Amino acid sequence: MIPELGNFALIIALLLAITQAVFPIYGAQTGRVTLMRLARPAAHGQFFFVFLAYLCLLYSFVVNDFSVTNVARNSFSQLPVVYRITASWGSHEGSLLFWVLILALWTLAVALFSRRLPEDMVARVLGVMGMISIGFLAFLLTTSNPFLREFPIPMDGNDMNPLLQDWGMIIHPPMLYMGYVGFAVAFAFAIAALISGKLDAAWARWSRPWTTVAWAFLTLGIVLGSWWAYRELGWGGWWFWDPTENASFMPWIAGTALIHSLAVTEKRGAFKAWTVLLALTAFSLSLLGTFLVRSGVLSSVHAFATDPARGAFILGFLVVVIGGSLVLYAWRAPKMITGGQFTWFSREALLLGNNVVLLAALGSVLLGTLYPLFIDAMGMGKISVGPPYFNAVFVPLMAPVLFLMGIGPLVRWRGDSLPDVASRLKWALAVAVATGFLLPFTLDGFNPWATLGFFLAIWIALSVLVSFRERLKFSQGANRFSRLAALPLGFWGMQMAHFGMAIGIAGITVVANYESEKTVRMEVGSFTEMAGYTFTFRGHTEHDGPNYRAARGVVEVSKDGRTLYTLHPEKRIYNASGMPMTEAALHPSIWRDLYVSLGEPLDETTGAWAVSVFYKPFINWMWLGATLMVIGGFLAAADRRYRIAVKSRADAKAGVAAQGA
Amino acid sequence: MKSRHKKFMAIGLGLAGLGVIVALVLNAFKDNLVFFYSPSQVVAGEAPQGRAFRVGGMVEEGSIERQTDGLTVRFVVTDTAQTIPVVYKGSLPDLFKEGKGVVAEGALGDGGVFVASQVLAKHDENYMPPEAAHALEQAAKAQKTVVTQ
Repeated sequence: MIPELGNFALIIALLLAITQAVFPIYGAQTGRVTLMRLARPAAHGQFFFVFLAYLCLLYSFVVNDFSVTNVARNSFSQLPVVYRITASWGSHEGSLLFWVLILALWTLAVALFSRRLPEDMVARVLGVMGMISIGFLAFLLTTSNPFLREFPIPMDGNDMNPLLQDWGMIIHPPMLYMGYVGFAVAFAFAIAALISGKLDAAWARWSRPWTTVAWAFLTLGIVLGSWWAYRELGWGGWWFWDPTENASFMPWIAGTALIHSLAVTEKRGAFKAWTVLLALTAFSLSLLGTFLVRSGVLSSVHAFATDPARGAFILGFLVVVIGGSLVLYAWRAPKMITGGQFTWFSREALLLGNNVVLLAALGSVLLGTLYPLFIDAMGMGKISVGPPYFNAVFVPLMAPVLFLMGIGPLVRWRGDSLPDVASRLKWALAVAVATGFLLPFTLDGFNPWATLGFFLAIWIALSVLVSFRERLKFSQGANRFSRLAALPLGFWGMQMAHFGMAIGIAGITVVANYESEKTVRMEVGSFTEMAGYTFTFRGHTEHDGPNYRAARGVVEVSKDGRTLYTLHPEKRIYNASGMPMTEAALHPSIWRDLYVSLGEPLDETTGAWAVSVFYKPFINWMWLGATLMVIGGFLAAADRRYRIAVKSRADAKAGVAAQGA
Repeated sequence: MKSRHKKFMAIGLGLAGLGVIVALVLNAFKDNLVFFYSPSQVVAGEAPQGRAFRVGGMVEEGSIERQTDGLTVRFVVTDTAQTIPVVYKGSLPDLFKEGKGVVAEGALGDGGVFVASQVLAKHDENYMPPEAAHALEQAAKAQKTVVTQ
C-alpha cells in the first residue's frame, strides 16, 4: 500500500511540475499575472508530493519491505537502521528520486526567498526548474521506478554494498546532490534571463548567492567523498582521478569559474554572455555527472544496451537540455550589451585569466574522462587514462590560477598600476619565495614540486593577510575587532575561501611529497618502524558486527618506548553478500594521521598477516582547508547586500527596461 | 586604431597561450594512455614491450602462489583461451580471488611474465571488471569461430 501511495504521489508531482513549467512561462510571455502566480503554489505542491513519495520509499526501507524490488536489491534485514535510510538513495532508482527531491527543495527555496524579485522573473525561473523536474520525474516513472514490486517476495535482501556502509557515505550523497542540483538554480536564472532578454547586473546579483551556496555544497560533497575514499578503501589514497570523482569535479571547476565571473557581471556589468555560458555549462556538467555515475555506463558502456530505454532517455534528455539551452543562447547572446571598459591589469582581466585557465583545466579533465568511454562505445578497443595524465596536466595548469589568486583580490576594478600592486605585495612575494625554496631543505632536500606547493600556499595566505590589513584602514570602528566585524560578509567569505585554499594546498603538498607507506608481513609480536613510530602487531581477535564478521587486528603504536595508542584495523566478511572488506584504523591529529590496514592472513598457524602501515603528514589540513572554503561560500552568500539592495536596484532596472521597451 | 591593435595583440596572445596549453595536454594524454590487451593478444605478441599496459581476465583456479616473504604473489590470468603469468608485490584488493575477474596494470618482464604495479578489482562483487569481461567475451568468440571453421 505504502509503495503504491509513493508511486501515486510521484504522478501528482509530475502533473504539478507540468503546471509549474507551462503556465507561468506562458503567463510571463503574455503578461498575464494570474498565470505567473501559479508558479509558487505549484512549486510548493510539487515539493510536498515528491517529499511524500520519498518518505514512502524511506518507510519501505526502514520496515524492510522486501516485496519492493529496490529494497530487496539494496537492503538487508540485519542492516543497521541508519544504513537502511542511506540505502534509500544508494541505488540507481533511489538516487534519482533523491535528485528530484533535492530539486524540489531548491525550487521551494527559490519560491520562498524570491519575494523581492519581479513576478515575471520568478515565473520564468520556477518554470525552467519545473521543466527539469518534468524530465527527471518522467525518467523515474517510465524507466526507473523505485516502487516496483516483486513476486514471489524474497525472504531477505541482497544487502547494501559494504563499502557504502560508512558514515562518510551518509552525508556525502546529500551534500553532493545539493551542489549538483543547486546549479539548476543558476541555470534557471540564466535561461530566464535569456528568454526575457533582461540580462543585467540585477540578474547577476540575484543568481549570485544561489550559485555560491550550490558551489559550497558541492565542495563539501566532493570533500566528503574524498574523505570517505581515504578512510574506507583501505590504501590511504584520497583522490584517484577516477571517472566517478571527475564527474563531480568537472561541475565544481565550472562552478568555480562561474562564481568568479558572476562577480564581474554583478560589479561591473561585463562578461554577461560568458557568465551565462558558464551557468549553462555548470549545470550541463552536473547532469552529465549524475548520468555518468548513475547509469552504470562507467562500469560498462554496454549497460545502455541492457536497458536501451534508460540509455535513450538519458541521451535524449541531455540533448534537449544542452542543445536547447545552447540554441537559446546563440539566438539571444549576440543581443547582449556588454558594459564596463577595463585595462589589461585590472581585477576584470585577472578574473578573465582565471576563467580561461580553469576552463582549460576542465577541458583536460573532460578529455581524460570521456575519451576512454567514447573509444569503447565505438568498439575501438579499451583504454584507460590514469592519474599520471591528470597530474601531469592539472597541476601545471592550476599553478598560474593559484598565483593569480594572490594578486586578483588586491587589484582594483577597471584598472590598476602594476608597480603599485607589486610594491604592496613585495614582502609577501619575498617571504613566499624564500620559504618555498628553503622549507624542503629542512625536510628532505631540494624538491621542485614541494617548493611550488609551499610557495603557492604561503603566497595566497600572505595575500589574504595583506588584503585584511588594507581593508582595515578603511573600515569603521572603535578598535580592531569592531573594525574586523564591520567588514562585509562577502569580503570575509572570499578571504576565508582563499585562505582555505592555501591551507588545502599546504596539506596536499606535504602529504603528496612526504608521506610514507609500507606493506609488511607481521607475525604476532613483530614490529615495524615508520616516521619515529613503532607499530607492533599483537595478533587478531574475532569480532561480530551487526551484519558482518570481522578479524580485528591489534596494533600497538609506540614512540620512544612509550605505548601511545592501540589501533584496530579490521578485515570484514559481510553476511549477505559474502563480500570481504578492509576497514582501516587511523589515529588522526592536526600534524599527521597514522593509518593501519590489514591485508590478507598469511599463515593460520603463526597468525601472520600482511599489514599496511601509512604515515600521512598534514592530511587533515586538506579537509580543514576545504571546510574553510565551504564556510567561506556560505558567509559570502549571507552578505546583507543581497537582501537589502536587491529591491531598489530591481525597481530601478525594471523602470529602465520599461522605458527601453 | 591603437586600441584595436592592442585588442588584436591580446587576442593573439591569448590564442597562442591556449594553443600551447592544448599541445601540452594532448602530448601528456598521448604518453599516458594505457591500452588493454587480453591474454590471447599478449601471447600473440600484440602487446607493447617496455610500455605499461593492462591485462585482464580471470584468475586461474589454483594458480595463486605466495612467495616466502608473504607479500609477493604469483598468479595466472586466463581468458580461457590463453594464459599469462603475473607477479605482483603489495597488498591485493579485497575482491581478488581465484576464479574471479581481475585487471592488472604493469609491463612485460623477462620470460613473458607480466610484472604488475597495480591489481584492480571492482568495488562490488556483482560486477566483473569491464575489461576482464571483455577479454573473456573475445576469447569465447574466437573459440567459437575456431569451432565453426
